[in-house]
Amino acid sequence: MFDWIQQFADWLIYRQIGLERGRRLAEALNFFVYDSIKILLLLFVVIFFMGIVNSYFPIEKVRNFLSRNKLYGLEYFMASAFGVVTPFCSCSSVPLFIGFVRGGIPLGVTFAFLITSPLVNEVAIGLFLGLFGLKATAIYVISGVVLGMTAGIILSRFRLERYLTPWVKEVLANAQREEEKFTAENTPFFQRLPVIWREAAKILKGVVPYVIVGIAIGGLMHGYIPEGFFEKYMSKENLLAVPMATVLAVPMYSNASGILPVVQVLVSKGIPLGTAIAFMMAVVGLSFPEAMLLKKVMSLKLIGIFFGVVTLCIIVSGYLFNLIF
Amino acid sequence: MKTIKILGTGCPNCKRTTEVVQQAVEELSLPDVSIEKVEDIMKIMEYDIMSTPAVVIDERVVIKGRVPSKGEIMELLKV
Repeated sequence: MFDWIQQFADWLIYRQIGLERGRRLAEALNFFVYDSIKILLLLFVVIFFMGIVNSYFPIEKVRNFLSRNKLYGLEYFMASAFGVVTPFCSCSSVPLFIGFVRGGIPLGVTFAFLITSPLVNEVAIGLFLGLFGLKATAIYVISGVVLGMTAGIILSRFRLERYLTPWVKEVLANAQREEEKFTAENTPFFQRLPVIWREAAKILKGVVPYVIVGIAIGGLMHGYIPEGFFEKYMSKENLLAVPMATVLAVPMYSNASGILPVVQVLVSKGIPLGTAIAFMMAVVGLSFPEAMLLKKVMSLKLIGIFFGVVTLCIIVSGYLFNLIF
Repeated sequence: MKTIKILGTGCPNCKRTTEVVQQAVEELSLPDVSIEKVEDIMKIMEYDIMSTPAVVIDERVVIKGRVPSKGEIMELLKV
């Protein structure tokens, strides 16, 4: 399916620029051109389709759905699954949190959404498809959903309401089931498309620099680091590798678009996929800027519990990945 | 007189939204417009939105959860 991109990269590097096949620089550049085109293409396709889904399921609809339906435990799954298709920028985490709580949605369910949403998003899925293929992407999405769900259920057992800041408790006391306030838009499909297209282009434009830099770093490492270089330090047999990679990654912050191309090279050089994914999830899913924002609605203790539970879940899914692959 | 409020906690998208609104107002050269940035999360929540940035014109939420284009804001201001 992507042969034509490889042909283009070969043509550009070997014919046009005239670099010799097999030289390090040539191979690194070839890899860079091929990967950039393929990944940006896939990214756009995924972002565009997620845009269509999102146009029909905006966040208000998600909240109303979760608020109205008692689903006997299934609501954790639904919240987590909605987290995949609903994009949200970390600066929205507080309004989102309050909005959910105000709609009478339990804290655990709210957390399930808050955890999955940054972890598995359209950009991450697009990149994953381009870098690791369909099977790994499916497993990644599923494990992201399960992770959010599990963490949400565990968190709900802690009786976390105690640790909210006073004004959120007040909101909680006045919480009510959301009536059908949401006015459904009846814009026909073809009128939605231009808007969705523009949004997708805007998102892509925003992540392009990160992706290019990520792929460039990846390309350099690809060309210059010997095969199996990391295997010595981070093999599957080394049981400490997953927790170490995760804990190291928590204070780091980047978005999926910057980190994934680098992760792919790490994997191709011998780091087990599970370890690499645990690292990536911790970088993307947990961040200090987000913690600072959440301080407005949660006590430090709750933020600590939240980060602790998510870190544990990431470590577990890292081990699982290593078992599967 | 029109009041435009930009709701956002100060993230890059919110800043970009403010710029877009300012440009739109300048381009239309409307005489009687006040632009206000609302960064206090408690005030923001009074508008019952769940994603920022949002644009409020005369107390009505017209854009939420994304950065609007200049043309869009100009359209909204003409009404």
